[in-house]
Amino acid sequence: MKLKPSFIVFAALLVALMASAADKIVVTGVTDGLSEPPVPVSISGFSGEADEVIRFDLTVQGFTNVPPDAAQYLLSGSANGNLTGRAQDKFNKSSLVNKSYTGASLRRQAHAFVDDFLAAIGRKGIGGTKIAFKKDNGQTGEIYISDFDGGGAQAITTDNAIVAAPEWVPHKLALFYTSYKRGNPDIYLHDLSTGERKAVAPYPGSNMSPAPSPDGRKVAMILSKSGSVDLYVADADGSDLKRLTTSKDDESSPCWSPDGKWICFAGKVSERRSLCKVSASGGAIQRISTSGISNPSEPDWSPDRKWIVFTSQMGGFDICVVPAAGGTATVLVSGEDPSWGPNSRTVVYARRSQNGRRVLSLLDVPTKQTKDISRISGSNSQPSWAK
Amino acid sequence: MNASKLTYLMAIAVALTFVAGGCKKKPVGVTNLPGYANKNVPDPNAAENSGRLKPVEDPNASPIDRPLNPDFGGNLEEKFNLDRATLQADTVHFDYDSVAIRGNEKPHVEAVASYMKSAPANVAVLVEGHCDERGTEEYNRALGERRALAIREALIASGVDSQKIATRSYGKDRKLDLGPSEAAHARNRRGEFVVLTPK
Repeated sequence: MKLKPSFIVFAALLVALMASAADKIVVTGVTDGLSEPPVPVSISGFSGEADEVIRFDLTVQGFTNVPPDAAQYLLSGSANGNLTGRAQDKFNKSSLVNKSYTGASLRRQAHAFVDDFLAAIGRKGIGGTKIAFKKDNGQTGEIYISDFDGGGAQAITTDNAIVAAPEWVPHKLALFYTSYKRGNPDIYLHDLSTGERKAVAPYPGSNMSPAPSPDGRKVAMILSKSGSVDLYVADADGSDLKRLTTSKDDESSPCWSPDGKWICFAGKVSERRSLCKVSASGGAIQRISTSGISNPSEPDWSPDRKWIVFTSQMGGFDICVVPAAGGTATVLVSGEDPSWGPNSRTVVYARRSQNGRRVLSLLDVPTKQTKDISRISGSNSQPSWAK
Repeated sequence: MNASKLTYLMAIAVALTFVAGGCKKKPVGVTNLPGYANKNVPDPNAAENSGRLKPVEDPNASPIDRPLNPDFGGNLEEKFNLDRATLQADTVHFDYDSVAIRGNEKPHVEAVASYMKSAPANVAVLVEGHCDERGTEEYNRALGERRALAIREALIASGVDSQKIATRSYGKDRKLDLGPSEAAHARNRRGEFVVLTPK
């Protein structure tokens, strides 16, 4: 039988369609809607610490320093004693910032200048924000807080015990964390303004991974008091405890959606480690797909609700990001334990250095630019960014 | 009815019994952890299920809860003397990312169960769960606790009172071997037993 040409064309198209459907793995390389080129700025006239801080702040918020003719914005000024700073839009020549700073330290003035520049172009700066983290002292550790760039680091515990997983209470000077001070891992709520802390989960077994809700009124936790490791939620003082999961499978590292309705955690679905979510008032567990990436853990949900950043373990540890509803996940950088900044673009995380020490680092997710927080010495991990 | 018809009906009844019995097979690919019911209907006659009572007051309890003794909260070290030496040789080791008690580890569990069953009534045991380096900190903290709980379930299945077994996870914070080899990792994936006697 002689085949008609139109039939051959039709058959070829059908085969091509089936072939493309069969390999429908979209490799984007960059995360759709999240990837941006860095904004070019020219920085001149500053010196010493002020210059360092300005460059640091701009890098971790998605800017890159270029010669003036390639820049979109011109930042200049001086730092003799106090900082004076000017920022100008190079194209329309408008003056965005023109200010003399006084008070506090030169470092803080430099942070304020960059924040003022960002505000002038409609963005939210992170210059005044804080982080908490765990400092490793060998067999024991302590919980520390500092400015987001590592300045002013101070210990808030003197437990001389294993400590873990600090998390800021949103909009409050208070932290949840785990400490083995009394022998067992207990979860504490520590009010930094009074220096007082209370064990809000002192149950038998292991009390782990506290995560306060966005309004600060509740805390999600992983407890084992029932004889299996499960997700619980309680009021921030530990009362009104409710159990949200009952399976023997592992749940770990809960975090909340910014609207307070969902608790996302690392769990297991059909024998496969997955990100999951459950309604904060209880219900069925749903899977959040992270296509292309396996063994997700330690999720954190961005304040603008759009993204979940997490650690994946495929050989080493990698920081990855996925749309909050699930979908294709993207590897960003080698590291673990990410925590979003309040600007929903910069993430603080821990990376391993050559000698095995862990270093806190900042990543601007849209541009993938990174900077180590080198002001903090020693080995540090599990950072939490106050939001 | 006549004998051959009765025989015939009995044969069908027997066949049906076999078929019905076959439907209770474990689903393929599900690892049955000792003392845990499989994911379908728990067999009420299985040894590990006996003595398990659902606390009526707790609406959140699953049918297979065996809660930890509340006395084991907080400061164990204040309430009990801790003896690490007596059961040190019975440390149980685990496969990577697993809480299953391997066949070759069961004698250790049996040895600890025997010890507990012949110990004075006020003696308890703390099971400490540990992990190797290759997991994130909080994942490993949960995994270590699941290992301790899996050992606890095995001890209960061997007749130890559930209220005499405490658990604690050290995640990857107390590794025995800091080396990078597979042998080092294997040494770290363990459950250790600490005898508790009241002070």
